[in-house]
Amino acid sequence: MMSASEALPVVVYRKQRNAELGLCLLASLFGIGGYLITHLNRGDALSITSLLICAGWVALCIGAHLVVRVRCAYADPVILPSVLALNGLGLAMIHRIDIGFEPPMAAATMQLVWTVLGVLLFALILIYLRDYRVLEGFPYVLFLVGMVLLLLPLVPGLASPRNVENGSQIWIEIFGYSFQPAEIAKIVLTLAFASYLTANRDLLQLAGRRVLGFHLPRMRDLVPIGVMWAAALLVLVFQNDLGTSMLFFGLFVMMLFVATSQIRWVVIGVAAFTAAALLIGQVAPHVATRISSWLDPFSDYDRNYQIITAQFGIAWGGLFGRGWGLGRPGLTPVASSDFISAAIAEELGLVGLTVIIVLYLLMVARGLRVALTSTVIFGKLLAAGFSFVFALQIFAIIGGVTRLLPLTGLTTPFMSQGGSSLVANWIIVALLIVISHQARRPATTMAPVDANLADDETAVIQAQGGVGQ
Amino acid sequence: MNKSIRGVAIVTILMFLALLINATVGYWVRADELNNNPRNTRVQDEQFGAPRGPILAANTPIADSVETGTRPYANQRQYLDGPLYAPITGYYSYIFGRSGLEALYNAELVGQADSQFTQRIVDTLSGRAPQGGQIQTTIQPRAQQAAWDALGDREGAVVAIDFTTGAVLAWVSRPSFDPSTLASLDFPATQQAWDQLNTDPASPMSDRATKEIFAPGSVFKLVVAAAALDHGYAPQTMIDTPQELPLPGTLITLPNLAACGNTQQSLDNALTLSCNTTFANVALDLGDDVIREQAQAFGFDSAFGGDMASAVSTFPADPDPAQLAMSAIGQFEVAATPLQMAVVAGAIANDGTVMEPYVVEEVRNNNQRVVSSHQPTVVNQAMTPANAALLQEMMTHVVQRGTGTQAQISGLTVGGKTGTAETTPGASSHSWFAGFAAEKNVAVAVYLATDAGGTATPVARAVMEAIS
Repeated sequence: MMSASEALPVVVYRKQRNAELGLCLLASLFGIGGYLITHLNRGDALSITSLLICAGWVALCIGAHLVVRVRCAYADPVILPSVLALNGLGLAMIHRIDIGFEPPMAAATMQLVWTVLGVLLFALILIYLRDYRVLEGFPYVLFLVGMVLLLLPLVPGLASPRNVENGSQIWIEIFGYSFQPAEIAKIVLTLAFASYLTANRDLLQLAGRRVLGFHLPRMRDLVPIGVMWAAALLVLVFQNDLGTSMLFFGLFVMMLFVATSQIRWVVIGVAAFTAAALLIGQVAPHVATRISSWLDPFSDYDRNYQIITAQFGIAWGGLFGRGWGLGRPGLTPVASSDFISAAIAEELGLVGLTVIIVLYLLMVARGLRVALTSTVIFGKLLAAGFSFVFALQIFAIIGGVTRLLPLTGLTTPFMSQGGSSLVANWIIVALLIVISHQARRPATTMAPVDANLADDETAVIQAQGGVGQ
Repeated sequence: MNKSIRGVAIVTILMFLALLINATVGYWVRADELNNNPRNTRVQDEQFGAPRGPILAANTPIADSVETGTRPYANQRQYLDGPLYAPITGYYSYIFGRSGLEALYNAELVGQADSQFTQRIVDTLSGRAPQGGQIQTTIQPRAQQAAWDALGDREGAVVAIDFTTGAVLAWVSRPSFDPSTLASLDFPATQQAWDQLNTDPASPMSDRATKEIFAPGSVFKLVVAAAALDHGYAPQTMIDTPQELPLPGTLITLPNLAACGNTQQSLDNALTLSCNTTFANVALDLGDDVIREQAQAFGFDSAFGGDMASAVSTFPADPDPAQLAMSAIGQFEVAATPLQMAVVAGAIANDGTVMEPYVVEEVRNNNQRVVSSHQPTVVNQAMTPANAALLQEMMTHVVQRGTGTQAQISGLTVGGKTGTAETTPGASSHSWFAGFAAEKNVAVAVYLATDAGGTATPVARAVMEAIS
């Protein structure tokens, strides 16, 4: 049985906007520092242009902060600064990789344009999305859209030539622009799952029979997890990307667990996915190839050239790295995309990579805190889902680059070169900020809707005992 | 619900912890192996372009690094008078690795030797880029140039050593090559230069002074004479010297090429005139073990220690009497480097004491502080000082009135022994000279290849004159 209702503790959160401003300024130094030190280390004279770029970056950071200050004054003060620090570091590193080429590339300029676009979308969402609960209520439509997006790279004619590069079919190309639909699917599916689970959590939580001390769900309640399982396996087999497959299935299972508080969903999900993945690994040759590239890349230098040169770069970086601009991250093919964390490790060392991972952890932890703080089921699920999807994605890509896991084609959030990923992640951060603001602002301004009905403390009367937590 | 969100938080923390642990384990466990992997071009390129200390002959940098101002190779190796010093410096190539002192003293040149540990710590703490050490050689540029010029375009080699210390003062091999062509950052050009050098029939990359062995011919009579003096012979001992000596067990005879008469000669005269049959008879009298022991006492059949990395000179292991007779005049399977013959002449001049030859005097840090310096090393006492003095005197007779008169230098006591050796019977021969100039403490060996033209003796004189 759940604990009996108790009076909600009255917590009045402080706004902490000045703390956020300070942290934003500090965070802006990450990007500026990387950019300026790169040029100093390479012996370039500092031009007016580069100083203007720095000033522009500080202005963008302050601008993003001001939107939060005006529209979401009660939002968590750490999320935006950690995102700005990561985005700045990513920009600086992409620029650094650009100028390592002869002639220099201009990927960082494009990435900066996408960053501005991302921040603009962030601002628009903060300004126009007064109540995120308008997003609740279209679970099936959103689910279908998400699934279509996820499977889009399998449509003939849309697949991008980039897929050949890294072996996974997760890019599409429209009008010459490469694009990872999974990044958008991340948002859409998290919204769909949160909506669906908000509506159906009681059923999923309670119905079913107890067999040998294990509470089995009803067959029809297994349908959603079954559908997701099938979709995940489709991605694994046809897109050859364990990361993407794991990302969405893991997200769904985790949200199911959060919604129902029942570990059985995790057990069923992990068991079913692992079993299927192992079986596919045995049967499908290209998946087996991926596994061997992971466990023993040195057996085939030509095929695993990218991951091997990345390992060489990381090893060369050592503890403190070669220094901004002094390594050779460009030796690794498409270093500024999937392998940007290897470039960080090469130039900033194990120490730099640790800082990046800790920044991500900070961002994810703050996101999960939003989920804890929120009193709205939909908000809790959404915040937990977004945070966990970040965590999984970071785990998959950095784990892949450092050979903890098989390599995947996912992007490193906010750092990898790529517009779709950057814009999608800024949208997610905007939604987290909005949820956080609504969760933390004083209760009097709270919309009096079903907040108390739908929240965690609602008692459920059960026909039979022994269910629940 | 909050309880399960906290559960998710714990899972998240575990995932990030796994990332951090994996990265740390990678640094502590996998990084060394990855950095030592020859395919790690980052490490290879960095080492190749690292600042590298100079190699000096007197005050002249014969190998030096210059900053390129480009990436990834920050420094480029260049060789002043490359061909002149090539056998000493060796080459430093991206594709083909290192040779010579560049290989032997690589750690010192890049500042990574154990003896430079403190300097490295100081550099690291003061934020300076690590500096390579300097290698000071024992080479005298003037003598080196004189040897080079005296050889001219002929194929041959010269080694001069200070016989009191073993310091190598001149070390020349011709034809030579320019190591700069192999140190180039233009890799296709380097490859082309390498192919060309390796297909050149003159084999310019062979070091004839220390890495190749040749039949020493009559110069080897010095070794036989030393053995004789240590086994009861005196310079005045008369020895049967037929014009032709039938070789035991064969149908062929060994002739004298000089006018040695047809009766007997003293040991002294036989050396002065270079009588073959006299020395063949001495060797047959003493037996191959005695001759071999004497040769080994001078350094045959084993490598010199120290930094010369020279080829091993050989004396046959089990010759029959005919082969022994031929060996006594430096034929059959006797083979020596010019360095070895300089050591023989030097040991005689040094009262019988064999000094270990060496070419690196000291290693200094970038700030001129001495990291390590060579201490002269005695290898062996090959002869008694008294017998050595007798043999010195016999060698001066060779120069005063024998086959080596062209080596005379007024005001100096010069001793020596000339040699010619047939590689194939009837064909023209190598030309050798090994000797010393007592007042200059220098011993010289000169080798001129078959068909080179002229003889070795004037070359030796030019080198001895140039020694300071």
